[in-house]
Amino acid sequence: MNNQGRPTRPNAGEAPRRGTFTGNRALDIEEALIFETGRADATGVDLEAPAPFVAKLGAHARESAIGLPGLTEPEAVRHYVRLSRNNYAIDAGLYPLGSCTMKHNPRLNEKMARLPGFADLHPLQPLSTVQGALELIDGLATALLTLTGMRAVAMSPKAGAHGELCGMMTIKAALAARGEDKTRTVVLVPDSAHGTNPATAALIGLSVRAVAAEPDGVVSVEAVKAALASDVAAIMLTNPNTCGLFERNIVEIADAVHAAGAYFYCDGANFNAVMGKTRPGDLGVDAMHINLHKTFSTPHGGGGPGAGPVVLSERLAPFAPVPSIVRTNDALSLAEHRDGGQAFGRMSAFHGQMGMFVRAFSYILSHGGDGLKQASEDAVLAANYVRASLSDLMSAPFGDRPCMHEALFDDRWLKDTGLSTLDFAKAMIDEGYHPMTVYFPLVVHGAMLIEPTESESKASLDLFIMTLRDLAMSALGGERERFAAAPIHAPRRRLDETRAARQPVLRWVKPAPA
Amino acid sequence: MRYLPLDATDRAQMLTRIGAADIDALFADIPAAKRLTQPLDLPDGKGEIEVERRLSRLAGRNVAAGSVPFFLGAGAYRHHVPATVDHLIQRSEFLTSYTPYQPEIAQGTLQVLFEFQTQVAALTGLEVANASMYDGSTACSEAILMAHRLTRRRKAVLSGGLHPQYSDVAETLGAMARDAVVRLPLDPPAGEDIVAAIDDETSCVVVQSPDFFGNLRDLKPIAAAAHAKGALLIAVFAEAVSLGAVRSPGEMDADIAVGEGQSIGNALNFGGPYVGLFATRLKNVRQMPGRLAGETVDADGRRSFVLTLSTREQHIRREKATSNICTNSGLCALAFSIHLTLLGEAGLRRLAALNHAAAVDLAGRLAAIPGVTVLNDAFFNEFTIRTPRAAAGLVDELAERGVIGGLPVSRLAPDAGLDDLIVVAATETSTPDDRRTYAETLAQLLSTGARR
Repeated sequence: MNNQGRPTRPNAGEAPRRGTFTGNRALDIEEALIFETGRADATGVDLEAPAPFVAKLGAHARESAIGLPGLTEPEAVRHYVRLSRNNYAIDAGLYPLGSCTMKHNPRLNEKMARLPGFADLHPLQPLSTVQGALELIDGLATALLTLTGMRAVAMSPKAGAHGELCGMMTIKAALAARGEDKTRTVVLVPDSAHGTNPATAALIGLSVRAVAAEPDGVVSVEAVKAALASDVAAIMLTNPNTCGLFERNIVEIADAVHAAGAYFYCDGANFNAVMGKTRPGDLGVDAMHINLHKTFSTPHGGGGPGAGPVVLSERLAPFAPVPSIVRTNDALSLAEHRDGGQAFGRMSAFHGQMGMFVRAFSYILSHGGDGLKQASEDAVLAANYVRASLSDLMSAPFGDRPCMHEALFDDRWLKDTGLSTLDFAKAMIDEGYHPMTVYFPLVVHGAMLIEPTESESKASLDLFIMTLRDLAMSALGGERERFAAAPIHAPRRRLDETRAARQPVLRWVKPAPA
Repeated sequence: MRYLPLDATDRAQMLTRIGAADIDALFADIPAAKRLTQPLDLPDGKGEIEVERRLSRLAGRNVAAGSVPFFLGAGAYRHHVPATVDHLIQRSEFLTSYTPYQPEIAQGTLQVLFEFQTQVAALTGLEVANASMYDGSTACSEAILMAHRLTRRRKAVLSGGLHPQYSDVAETLGAMARDAVVRLPLDPPAGEDIVAAIDDETSCVVVQSPDFFGNLRDLKPIAAAAHAKGALLIAVFAEAVSLGAVRSPGEMDADIAVGEGQSIGNALNFGGPYVGLFATRLKNVRQMPGRLAGETVDADGRRSFVLTLSTREQHIRREKATSNICTNSGLCALAFSIHLTLLGEAGLRRLAALNHAAAVDLAGRLAAIPGVTVLNDAFFNEFTIRTPRAAAGLVDELAERGVIGGLPVSRLAPDAGLDDLIVVAATETSTPDDRRTYAETLAQLLSTGARR
């Protein structure tokens, strides 16, 4: 009770959790599928019928129904707003998914990307009508080269994995120019790598040779040297790596790779940790993709879109794919064809993820050089703060060494509790947090990878830390029920994923009449 | 810096807790000789006013499609997107969430994906669709790889009606993976004999309809011929709105349908981000690339949705995955799905009819200009004209007069000997006045004779 006699805590005699008539619980509202509520003749778009005309569809006109439901505008708005409320989001809370970099998404960037001079621009307009767009791409490209100390950049890849593919194709083209593409067919990949690395290599006929990391979480020069041979095309190394550590032998590794006639591909997914602190170009990297949706905060959108420009060293620059921007006198133009040059080909139609370029450029302009460096420093500071504040309760696989932008724990500390990493993660949901990345990297048992980013205030970090400490003490104190059933306060409890995979239902099907 | 909540006091306290003397102690693993000691050679940070001023100036140097009579398509189409769509996709819970790895707190995204998959399956007339690819061109290449896995053959035959950049992308990947790619010559009149190119080593034939030149093609006989040789038909579409007016890939016996979904719900964006659509028959689903949302139940038995069949994917299968794709086009898929829900069956059919009517009207007006011929018999909202002068110059001159008149084929295929062709699109966003202006301006340019 406060001093006005108003209860400040829920009634001690707690109301029993009762079912409701609708199945809803206040703001938590069940929402049917559009196929269950929509009608074939309903529409939320008023379009006038065309004046009578003679169709020229030949024999190709559609004769059968499509099977699409429609909703009027108010129904559609309500449908999607209700659905949205079942999602966690960075705008609503700390989202510590390691390797994913869930930092604040500035709304200025959204506004800029929607300027008609960017959003309402066709990729194949005459070049004289898109000079500002080319100028923006060129400006972003220049900033990326400044940040990375590299020679050239291919802007067209559409996401990180697409950037990896672009980088590895560039390497393959360079090997072909040396006449070695048929003999160098192996890529060295540490076990801790993102799954996209080996998948990318396999896409273009390269095979993977695993390189084990040392017990301290980084790759050693000796391990790389032992794996290097005349059949090696490249190494794919993530730096900072997926354990959240800077590969401190990177310069020697690069030297060894180059001495063996191979190239150094760096997975730049974690570049957000080192902006203004070091440059991949100075470390010996030949190619690296940059996830604009991570480092430069273009929104993740529930699974994309992203953008994955690839910066290239002097040695690889000539082999970059089309298109590229060419400056002639005062105008910019696009090289859209290989024209007998060494460009290896084309990654996608058109010129890349312009919408993401605008957002990323806006982000870079807003921060400036100092701001970007500060962002990296704050991200690393926040991760170490979390690490140092939890390491007495939770086990860190690589001891007390400082991490970069993400703090990694394993599940040794849960050993005697009968609880798993997943149980711990699901209990975080009940406390109002999105879980950290779990069970990745694969090299650490029961991994929990926490990336708080630079976007959190100290108060936010402190509450997060206190919450995890409370959960950890619960776990260690044998309070199994807090975990076993979790989550109980989320829109859904744990899902039957086995059933989803064994009896796949991948689309709505009209139920047979009863 | 307005995006960084920590201040100097916070930072000092945090370093103390960590036990680090200063921030650089945390970066000690960077080799000393490689640490940057100079500030980055980038301008200082700026407030919103200045960033907005600078970017608005750049945007102002472009000619926005909506500001002029606009008739360019060729793989990206200017349609009206209802205001509701852009409002809803900016809901924080959609915009700023990650891939739905924790389904208990991601049912919004997961149900949207399940609805999207169902819509795409219906539109393409196939049984199952994935949760999106990057765009039409990359979806096309992924479909070819999938056909190779299904048939255990490694030769793709590309129609001369396929968008040249889609062919370029497929050819690039084919060369890198040492898969054969047979590319038929560009085929403006849709007269090629693609069936003759199918042999016992062919894994798939890739045919676009409406094709790059706007022609509607009958895929059914091609499917039959491909199937007779143990090959698959990949049907490609670059204009999703067309499926409201013409027969679906599924109805024409395609095994895989891929296409560009930009034209429903998404702006032109100078080429991206767009959304690749990918559908196939259920029996092929385990060779499909990309994410799939599926239905299941939670511990209380309530209907729920979750990412499933992920043993196809890179994060589980690594080098044995069906694709390396991870981040795809989630938010663009949401925009697509919302727009299609707003349209519904009736709305999509009417939208398609309006597009066709606009194109028929424009084709009539342009065909009436002396020296101009329309090549197409059957088309949807796009067609190709032959002009008496080099198309590239004409399109530039039209632009100087404030008309974006289409794509000179030579821009994408400079060596094809098709320098006198313009691919022209008309959507519901064009007015009769716009179309009259185009025809009059083109007629004037041609009547004044060759300028260069």
